[in-house]
Amino acid sequence: MNTLDFSIVAQSWPYLWSGLLFSLSLTAAAFAIGMILGTCLALVQHFDVPVLAKIVRSYVAIIRSIPLILVLFWFFFLMPIVLGHLSGNGRPVPIGASATAFTTFGLFEAAYYSEIIRVGLRAVNKGQFEACQALALSTYHTYRHIVLPQVLRVASPIILSQTIILFQDTSLVYVLSLTDLLGAASKLAQLNGRLVEMYLVVAVAYLIISSAASQCVASLRKRYAIATTR
Amino acid sequence: MFGVLFEQAADGQRYIDWLLSGLGWTLALAFFGWWIAFAIGVIVGVGRTVQNRLFSIPARLYVEIFRNIPVLVQMFLWYFVFPEVVPVTLGDAIKQIPPPWASFFPALLCLGLYTASRIAEQVRAGIEALPKGQMEAANALGLSGYLTYRYVIVPQALRLIVPSLTSEVMGIYKNTSVALTIGLMELTAQARQISEATFQTFTAFGAATIIYLCLALIAYQAMTLIDKAVRIPGSSAVTLTAEQDLTADVPQGGALPDAMEAAK
Repeated sequence: MNTLDFSIVAQSWPYLWSGLLFSLSLTAAAFAIGMILGTCLALVQHFDVPVLAKIVRSYVAIIRSIPLILVLFWFFFLMPIVLGHLSGNGRPVPIGASATAFTTFGLFEAAYYSEIIRVGLRAVNKGQFEACQALALSTYHTYRHIVLPQVLRVASPIILSQTIILFQDTSLVYVLSLTDLLGAASKLAQLNGRLVEMYLVVAVAYLIISSAASQCVASLRKRYAIATTR
Repeated sequence: MFGVLFEQAADGQRYIDWLLSGLGWTLALAFFGWWIAFAIGVIVGVGRTVQNRLFSIPARLYVEIFRNIPVLVQMFLWYFVFPEVVPVTLGDAIKQIPPPWASFFPALLCLGLYTASRIAEQVRAGIEALPKGQMEAANALGLSGYLTYRYVIVPQALRLIVPSLTSEVMGIYKNTSVALTIGLMELTAQARQISEATFQTFTAFGAATIIYLCLALIAYQAMTLIDKAVRIPGSSAVTLTAEQDLTADVPQGGALPDAMEAAK
């Protein structure tokens, strides 16, 4: 084969950088939407709200058993139709690949975060609830100020690990032809024929970001573990 | 609603045949990929726990590399990059492979090696969950390091981690869909093709979704049966699922986030 020539990567750096920024903002948005919605979904299941809890449970089960790529295809096709119905005139509203990616990842991750939080809710000591009752706190205050903060703290390493996975999964927006880090590299590779250099650089970039993040989570967990040792 | 699936497609087959052939590729990838992953995963997982750095450092590197690069990027590395970086004759031989197999083998390799890194972490967690006495007893009986792992440690660890392996089984069949990016016509790709050919998007994706749900159900049931059959009697089983780790109050070791993220 011809020799590797990484100068091409240096030239195309700004484009790759913008791709990386898109990946990161998609991760951040999906994290925010996913956490807020996921907490709501978990609470609905936790309180066993009639009918709603069943719907939420099926939603979570379905989302967790089909591939993310299929979910992306579903939303890419369904969102315009749903929005069309909502806007009243019934005609599909085209929303574009980027908006699809943000909604899909938010709703998709919500299912995963909700499972983590639901398990965390079950893990909270019964005494905490009893103490809240003894102090005459309302249900809202109990969960808002006593229970949820504990759940988030206990589950934070898992939530963060899930977020690292989410960051890696954002590369799948490639199937919607979006320009995330991988998409940018792939478009450049098709232009200049430097597939090998482009994909190697992208792989190393993902490797560095993900393992650095994993190291942070690991040290966080260590610190936390010491804090709770009795 | 699913009537359109039984209509004839342009190539003389019915659309349902497209879906079934896609299902075949998905199952083949998941099945063979799983055994590759399991074999390598156990070896690397053991390597993570031994004292000898000659084994533990490469094992750690393996897990770090394969877990921290997205599957899709790994897929491209095997498909586009691998034939270019190996010696020319071998690279040319790889490029000569006829179409479906040319995407199947890289996909198989990719999924197998990626899933292996995740199984390795489960195996390591399983081994670390065993009481120290097992190792000490084996030593006292004069078993060599190899025999200790072969007959005492690994069999017990594997029995412990069956529930967390369930999520890896689910993970590998879902990740097979990533193979569509390198042109393998597996289930999701066929669903998309049907939707493009018939404009019955809802039907096409609905059918694929139902098939994936059935696969998930079958995988889950099968793993539950296996777990029942091999669970160590009297053991409170697995401290490795996130649930038990959370209730255990003090999260320790690497098992917890892995088990949870694996729930994917």
